[in-house]
Amino acid sequence: MIYGYHGRLLDIDLSHERIGEHPLEEEVLRDYIGGRGLAAYILLRELGHRWENVDPLGEENILLFLTGPLTGYYPGVKLAVSGKSPQSNGIVGSVLSSEVAIELKAAGYDGVLVRGKARDPVYVYIEGERVEIRDASHLWGLNGRETFSRLMKEVWNNLKSRNLARQGLTKEPSFVYIGPAGENKVRTAAVMAKLAHAAGYGGYGAVMGSKNLKALVAKGFGPMPKPKHPEWVKLLIKESWNRLNRRTTFKQWGTGSGGYQTAALTSSEPVRNWQEEWHDNRAMGQQYFEAHWVKRFWADYGCPSACMKISYLRSGARKGALTDTPDYELQAYMGPNLGVFEPRSCIYLSSIADDLGLCGIQTGNLLGFVAELYEKGLLSEKDLSGVKPKWGDAEAFARLMLMIAKREGLGNIMAEGGFRFALELQKLKGVDVRKYLVHSKGIAIGAHGVRSGKDYLPEFSYATSTQGGDHTSAPRKPYEAPWGELWMTFPDSAVICAFNAETDLMFQFLEAITGFGITREEWMNAHAKRILSLQRVALLLGGPDIYWRPLEDDDLPPRFYEPLPSGPFKGKAVEKEKIEKERAEYFSFMGWDSLGIPKEETLQSLNIEFVRPFLARVKGRVNNTREN
Amino acid sequence: MAQQIFILRDPLRCSGCRLCEVACSLHHEGTVWPEASRIRVFELYPGVDVPQTCAQCRDYPCIKACGQAALRVDEKTGAVIVDEAKCTGCGDCVRACPGKVMRLHPKTGKAMVCDLCGGEPECVKACQDAGFHALQVVPYESVALKIYSIFPEEVARRLHETLYGGEEVFLG
Repeated sequence: MIYGYHGRLLDIDLSHERIGEHPLEEEVLRDYIGGRGLAAYILLRELGHRWENVDPLGEENILLFLTGPLTGYYPGVKLAVSGKSPQSNGIVGSVLSSEVAIELKAAGYDGVLVRGKARDPVYVYIEGERVEIRDASHLWGLNGRETFSRLMKEVWNNLKSRNLARQGLTKEPSFVYIGPAGENKVRTAAVMAKLAHAAGYGGYGAVMGSKNLKALVAKGFGPMPKPKHPEWVKLLIKESWNRLNRRTTFKQWGTGSGGYQTAALTSSEPVRNWQEEWHDNRAMGQQYFEAHWVKRFWADYGCPSACMKISYLRSGARKGALTDTPDYELQAYMGPNLGVFEPRSCIYLSSIADDLGLCGIQTGNLLGFVAELYEKGLLSEKDLSGVKPKWGDAEAFARLMLMIAKREGLGNIMAEGGFRFALELQKLKGVDVRKYLVHSKGIAIGAHGVRSGKDYLPEFSYATSTQGGDHTSAPRKPYEAPWGELWMTFPDSAVICAFNAETDLMFQFLEAITGFGITREEWMNAHAKRILSLQRVALLLGGPDIYWRPLEDDDLPPRFYEPLPSGPFKGKAVEKEKIEKERAEYFSFMGWDSLGIPKEETLQSLNIEFVRPFLARVKGRVNNTREN
Repeated sequence: MAQQIFILRDPLRCSGCRLCEVACSLHHEGTVWPEASRIRVFELYPGVDVPQTCAQCRDYPCIKACGQAALRVDEKTGAVIVDEAKCTGCGDCVRACPGKVMRLHPKTGKAMVCDLCGGEPECVKACQDAGFHALQVVPYESVALKIYSIFPEEVARRLHETLYGGEEVFLG
């Protein structure tokens, strides 16, 4: 008996319209737990033998929607989405809040594995044991909110009419979906839920689009899988509520406690494509966002924190703009990063990104990059179909987002994401523009800079992260510290919200539910390293269009070596030697060699020897490049 | 004599967190089981969160409809109590319930409805402790109107209008 799991994934082949099961063995679950960890294992097991040839946007890629053993039990719900990433060509464990995780567990599955590509647009409908691949042509092309309304109406009315007379009113199903950006395989597209909930890092919205998969709908009727120690779980739930209920300011203002208060004060917020990390514009403070909230406390299943707030513009030309808080990331990326210092414009831009199904971080980063190129004369109005992206011009950025999502004009190239756009531009213009791009491994950097040294990430973090610029998965010091990459493998694999994670409690939950006997020490020494080593292997394998070079690409974006031009930390920059030293220390700690390739003894001690033949290919390629 | 009670719901304050559902299923089922929760929060449009549970209609149509005498009123609280031994799962009470709050248990197939936890509802405690106050216990006699359970869509439509101006057409 495996506690805390159903021991199976739904295995859906869209090409052949085949629905089956993918069993999960206890040893695998014990080693990888779920979510991000399990994704790394399944992906390399299934695709590792020919990873470099797998096009992330091709039929061969595998898309995973995974839960974890803590799903439904730990306060707050998350769903992990993964596959070969069309941004990094590696593996990203991308998470979003969605009750799909709960519904999958209630339906008897630990997750869904999607293979192949549907001939025409479809959505997958799961209702307990009943699984259908349904036509979605009437939903294809619709923006996010329209998709939500139409799909909810369809699935809810259907379920209700079938069950009402006998069983009573069944609760509505939940779903994740893509907007036009995902449909058009835009590499900065997110997997969306509800309004603004997005799994953005990794670009899995584009993977859904490449499979002609508009949405995944789930409804279950059963309990969460039986835990090993039910009474202990009940006590832990109550204790976690007590703890989280005491976090007053997070509940009141969420992550967007004002772009000004959170990051600008530490001089680590992107301003005009990171040319600066400081501004003193008080209009971006929380009280100015608060004025637009129509709902102060908004939460997903089981979450007492309710960090989301709904912003809605009730008047003016932009009436109807609707988004969450915006959270801190979008306050920054759809705000100062674009020279926007006015909450209404920031809400407006966030709303457009959400509705198009674009990741606000990836897209905000890309827009800032484009605006800087325009400022520097490297892109002209003509290149941009008449759009003039001047700092602060929200209408221009809104127009660019449409061009990206619909792949119009140069938007067709921007839709390949910042890094590929920069490479293409280099070919078109003959100028290396990559020095203006703030990314790591093709993934835009989160809105937490490292130059001032006052935010939570150390300087080397983004250089070595297995998820590139993902600020929620970058190493910290000490390496085991909360919110560092090692620690973060736990919330992402047990699939809980990192904001609700209480370190001691989450390990107790794992034990009470699974009885695996995994301690915090074992997690940090074995599980975290195992998961990160697999992700590192996938990154090193890369391909088919881009291969990351060890060390050269294990670096910060050039901008972070430029001194801060303004603010209280004016003149501060990252020193290259420090990055090299800290990177080497981190590689060594992880059991990787000087190039960041997991060592033979590491493969053995972490029980990941199955990647040995893959690594031989990496070593071959690295040696070839070095000799040439 | 103890006062009969009513769980007053204020959807404007509901965060959609479903702590009420978790608390309910922990109490009644010993585990987290959303569809077996006697109170549910419907979210038919993002942000439009509608808690729904039994209204203890004073004419108790469910009890009247039951031909097996499997339902009765708890004198102390006013709650509808199900005698599972007598219930045949025929669904007559479900059909009689104006808001279809009365349901058949997803596993046992027996009638399932809020029992007010004997007077101290767990859902209300969870909601109050979390500071949302979307649910509170009030004396039934303080309820001024004659009330019936209703479908969540009816509340959702009005709530949607309050939050967003009601311009977006949903659930037609």
